[in-house]
Amino acid sequence: MAVAILRQGAYLIASIQSDLSDSEVIELREELTELVGDYATRGIVIDVAALDVIDSFVARSLRSIVLSAKLRGAETIIVGIQPDVAIAMVQFRLNLEPLRVALDLDAAIASLDRLTRRGAVDGG
Amino acid sequence: MNESQAEDERPDNDDERPQGDSAADPLLLELVGYLRDERSKLREEWARRISEAELLSVMSDEEIFSEATAVYDNYVDALETGSIETLQTYARELSERIIPRGVETHEVLGIVLLLRDVLARSLFTKYQDDLELLNRILDAYEPAANRIAVTVGVSFVEERERVIHEQQEALRELSTPVLQLRERLLILPVIGILDSSRARQLTEQLLGAIQEKRATVVVIDITGVATIDGTVANHLVQTVEASRLMGARTILTGLSSEIAQTLVDLDVDLGMMKTVGDLQGGLEEAERLAGYRGADTSDPDADAES
Repeated sequence: MAVAILRQGAYLIASIQSDLSDSEVIELREELTELVGDYATRGIVIDVAALDVIDSFVARSLRSIVLSAKLRGAETIIVGIQPDVAIAMVQFRLNLEPLRVALDLDAAIASLDRLTRRGAVDGG
Repeated sequence: MNESQAEDERPDNDDERPQGDSAADPLLLELVGYLRDERSKLREEWARRISEAELLSVMSDEEIFSEATAVYDNYVDALETGSIETLQTYARELSERIIPRGVETHEVLGIVLLLRDVLARSLFTKYQDDLELLNRILDAYEPAANRIAVTVGVSFVEERERVIHEQQEALRELSTPVLQLRERLLILPVIGILDSSRARQLTEQLLGAIQEKRATVVVIDITGVATIDGTVANHLVQTVEASRLMGARTILTGLSSEIAQTLVDLDVDLGMMKTVGDLQGGLEEAERLAGYRGADTSDPDADAES
């Protein structure tokens, strides 16, 4: 599969290695949603830096990954959207709400730390 | 005799001359010899005609005279050899010298054509008794002279275009500087007219800088932009959105009332646009967002980075 999924503490890091076919996108979604439960995951980082194109299907799938992971208790952050990809997504009005994005892995982890801590405080 | 010899050889050379083989034409050689002999007289006549026509007004008489000498010699050489390369190089150097001083295209073309006229008129005077010979001399002279005039004119215009091109390039680079204020905090001051090509370039530079500098907060200051049209306003909104997709938050500062109304009329979702009245407020907000100062204690970034 073109996606490597690593576990780091309470987080899952899904690193996409190359452009994905539609079926691979669906596979990724199923696998991630599955793993969230298995490892009591609090956060997911999806690295899309290798994607030269994010079309409406991929965008919608990312969004549904975020929403379904959220339902199982994990926040998701997308990192590494390339400048050209960002411009294209805006121009084609691919609405990624309520996606969270970060510039790189460091920023994503920092952001997840903040989100999950706040979440814990809110919950208590 | 030169003249009879010239007449004998005319038929052979007639076909080749237009191809630039003018060096072999004895008529042209005679012409060149004559122009060399009359050098100082014709040169002075030319310089006089230049000042009479009020060309090259930015240059002093001495400068005009010394350039005139150089051009005259190059001109005669080019007539003799049929090779315009030396003249081309000289014309380019001359253009480099005189363009910064504000010499216009019409002046350069004017002086070259004046030289052509001065020389032609001296030929008329010399050969007025032998019209047939005059005709043949002119046949040899005119194409070469015209080619020289074109060469000088084109060299000048090319040099000018090169300068303009360089300036455009410099303007383009200078027009949208992306400055790093602090780690992960960029400022993009925009001054002047923001049209769609500049807006597009701004977007590209900003997104590139976000990636390169790993910026998390960007301040776009448009205090210096009076007004924008709908297309550019849309582009601005898209820039903010694209920056967000890359993981950077954008603060827009210094919106003029006109721009504010344009944005509202566009009916875009302004919820994600963070705007602050002036640059100072924008920077304070940006530093707070980046966790530098005045951050509340619940923000763990502030602990980590201060």
